[in-house]
Amino acid sequence: MARAAIRAPNYRGGKGVSELLEVRALSKRFGGLLANQEISFAISAAEIVGLIGPNGAGKTTLFNCIAGFYPPSDGSVFLEGAEVTGARPEKMARLGVARTFQLVRTFATMTALENITVATLMREKQLSMARERANAALEFCGLSARAAIPAGSLTVAEQRRLEVARALGLEPKLLLLDEVMAGLNPAEVQEAAALVQKIRARGIACLIVEHVMEGIMPIANRVIVLDYGKKIAEGSPDEVRRDPGVIAAYLGEA
Amino acid sequence: MSQRVKLALLLLLFGTACLAPIFVTNPARQNFLILAIMSAQLGVAWNILGGYAGQVSFGHAAFFGVGAYTSSLMLIQFGVSPWLGMVVGGAAATAFALLVGWPCFRLRGHYFAIATIAVAEIIQVLFTNWQVVGGAVGLTLPIEQEGLKAFVFNTSKLPYYYIALGLLLATLLASWLIKESFLGHYFRAIKDEPEAARSVGINLTGYKLVAIAISSFLTAAGGTLYAQKELFIDPASVMATSLSVKIALVSILGGVGSLLGPILGAAILTGIEEATRQIFGGTGRGTDLILYGLMIIVVAVYYPDGIVGGIRSWRERRFVRRTTAGGKA
Amino acid sequence: MSLEILLQTLLSGILIGLVYALVAVGLTLIFGVMDIVNFAHGEFLMLGMYASFWMFALFALDPIFTLPLTALMLFALGAAVYQSVIRRIIHASMLAQIFTTFGLMILLRGIAQFLWKPDFRSIDRSLVSGAVRLGALQFGLPQIAAAAGAVLATVVLGWFLNRTRLGAALEATAADREAAQLMGIPAQRMFALAWGIGAACAGIAGALLSTFYPVFPEVGGNFVLIAFVVVALGGFGSVSGAFLAGIVVGVVEVMGGFLIGPQLKLALVLLLYLLVVMVRPQGLLGRA
Repeated sequence: MARAAIRAPNYRGGKGVSELLEVRALSKRFGGLLANQEISFAISAAEIVGLIGPNGAGKTTLFNCIAGFYPPSDGSVFLEGAEVTGARPEKMARLGVARTFQLVRTFATMTALENITVATLMREKQLSMARERANAALEFCGLSARAAIPAGSLTVAEQRRLEVARALGLEPKLLLLDEVMAGLNPAEVQEAAALVQKIRARGIACLIVEHVMEGIMPIANRVIVLDYGKKIAEGSPDEVRRDPGVIAAYLGEA
Repeated sequence: MSQRVKLALLLLLFGTACLAPIFVTNPARQNFLILAIMSAQLGVAWNILGGYAGQVSFGHAAFFGVGAYTSSLMLIQFGVSPWLGMVVGGAAATAFALLVGWPCFRLRGHYFAIATIAVAEIIQVLFTNWQVVGGAVGLTLPIEQEGLKAFVFNTSKLPYYYIALGLLLATLLASWLIKESFLGHYFRAIKDEPEAARSVGINLTGYKLVAIAISSFLTAAGGTLYAQKELFIDPASVMATSLSVKIALVSILGGVGSLLGPILGAAILTGIEEATRQIFGGTGRGTDLILYGLMIIVVAVYYPDGIVGGIRSWRERRFVRRTTAGGKA
Repeated sequence: MSLEILLQTLLSGILIGLVYALVAVGLTLIFGVMDIVNFAHGEFLMLGMYASFWMFALFALDPIFTLPLTALMLFALGAAVYQSVIRRIIHASMLAQIFTTFGLMILLRGIAQFLWKPDFRSIDRSLVSGAVRLGALQFGLPQIAAAAGAVLATVVLGWFLNRTRLGAALEATAADREAAQLMGIPAQRMFALAWGIGAACAGIAGALLSTFYPVFPEVGGNFVLIAFVVVALGGFGSVSGAFLAGIVVGVVEVMGGFLIGPQLKLALVLLLYLLVVMVRPQGLLGRA
């Protein structure tokens, strides 16, 4: 029973809708700065989609627009065919979209288990039941040994994994991961990649912003490339790697 | 500390508290105990909003005053029993808290703290200039009837002691229930990382309103108790910012966010008040302020989690030292 | 309401508003440079008042002449407070910072009460005693002098911030602490400087007020609340905003008090704070 909590809830893809998430011509303006410009793409269940691009390309902005932390200036976002453009983070969480943060935001004074319990409480208000589900997520992410440790005392790698576990506690259909592999050593990067693959195996879609290529390229089904707020490429990791526009964008940054 | 040891300590404390009046017969000393218990009750109530949910209020006297005034006015104007008045006063304070909280909870950090001072001062100014509630002169409560039903005790103050103790217990129970429920987790999440809390489905304002509703109700109940004990209230005694500060201080000193911390804080604070009164004679000399000020600074700089937090981290460090002394990193 | 009364209250409001502006400028400077709200700011004002009073009572020195001395003393006190207490909570949580300056406020108030008793004192004879007539309007000379002094102090501060290297260093620290440090600007010294200047501003305002306002230990309480309103209205961190907002708040207080009743003046000003922070949280000229 506990293991079932990690599986994606029944995906209702009806009315000819095959995508879990659809982003249509999304734009985001901050004053005079156009951070995202008419970005469109779609994600299906059980997919790992990488979102890469040079610094300042607008990746985290796109994330925040999808997750509801600020509304897009233009365009729309659809979840399972229903429009969710501008829906607030609390609502997006309930609809099945979970996210992690670039700068880790675990609940520092709460233990690892309690961190996840906060999330599982969204669907199950009874504390004992919520704790059970939290324990399952903890185990799934390999953090059972650290259950009683305050999150503030965990290493950065552990806190990243804790954020993932917490996000999983929401029983999401879509997981938005913001640079989970940043600052990790190669062994930790491989662990993180393996964890993401495990999540995909459960039917959950993952959209991952990453700079660590060795981590994301081997596991992604598809990769989307942003540069200066625009989508410049989309395809399999191999296709994207060979795309001249992508190469130019990265070389231009170097 | 295991749950069983904690429970045993609690029962011991409660037992001592119940039996204390047998050994403490001096009425002045009994009054001191009553004040300490009342302070503790207010501190525990404040802690629900300020300690658990992290929304620091320096304006809680407004709820205290609303409770005191509501029950007193109902008694004086309509002869309504103070016990019923206590409940109505609580409801009035809650309604006021929700009304004021809804716009104010948009504010974070110092903006919110200043807003709480602003709201409480506005209320005090209004009550001071409103003749219907007695204005600056205040209200004097009737003392013709005595006894439990009338909630007035003249011959001995002892019944107030047990009522205060009962109220404290009820408030502790509420605090404990919150801590052990999903509300406890949600409040702490809101306190630690509000944005992350949103990302896991928590409606910040909604739950902050729950916290202030409970906190204000319990604080107002304390206000009614005060009114019935002192039999006189005015804006300066039940709505002053200095009272709000003392209420907050009880938790800050004892341990913001801990269940029993406010009780420790209240004991220390009331003790200091008494001591300075005895040593320096009268609180007009400012010595209690000097001590409070120093205490707040020391606690804020070195023990932001209060005395309870200080004990906890001392024990954690001992634990770490013990487990790493064996040589394993 | 006659035009004269309107003009009288308006100008009176501007006069006291300029003093509020000076107090708020000190508060907003501290916040701008280090993100700390100084709840004890009113006590610096109170100590400035007492310094003026005692130099007058003991040595018969006019507050206008002792003003520079008062400013220096409060500057030293502000820097000392930073060195001894504030320095330790720079990296602490916001809760800890709020509690610390709050504790400082209570401590300073207690010390004042202990040393000088809660009695009200006042300076009855000063160089600037008396009144000035302008047709049907009348203004106290102390109030005019205070306003003039406040404007002068603010102008000097503005000159310091905009035209001197030290002032530029302070502004740089306020804008981006790390970048400023990378350029060799010592953050700790900037913080101490900010506290010194902030305290001095409040102290100067106190010295100016002492010529017509009663001096007692709790006097800081009302002024600090008003200062918060001014800072919020002007925009936390904006010196020019604080100046503008001070005038607005002064006018609102005096005119509003005249229309609604003097006892409700404070409530009106506090209501203004609530309105501002909720409707336009960044104030008139502040950064969002």
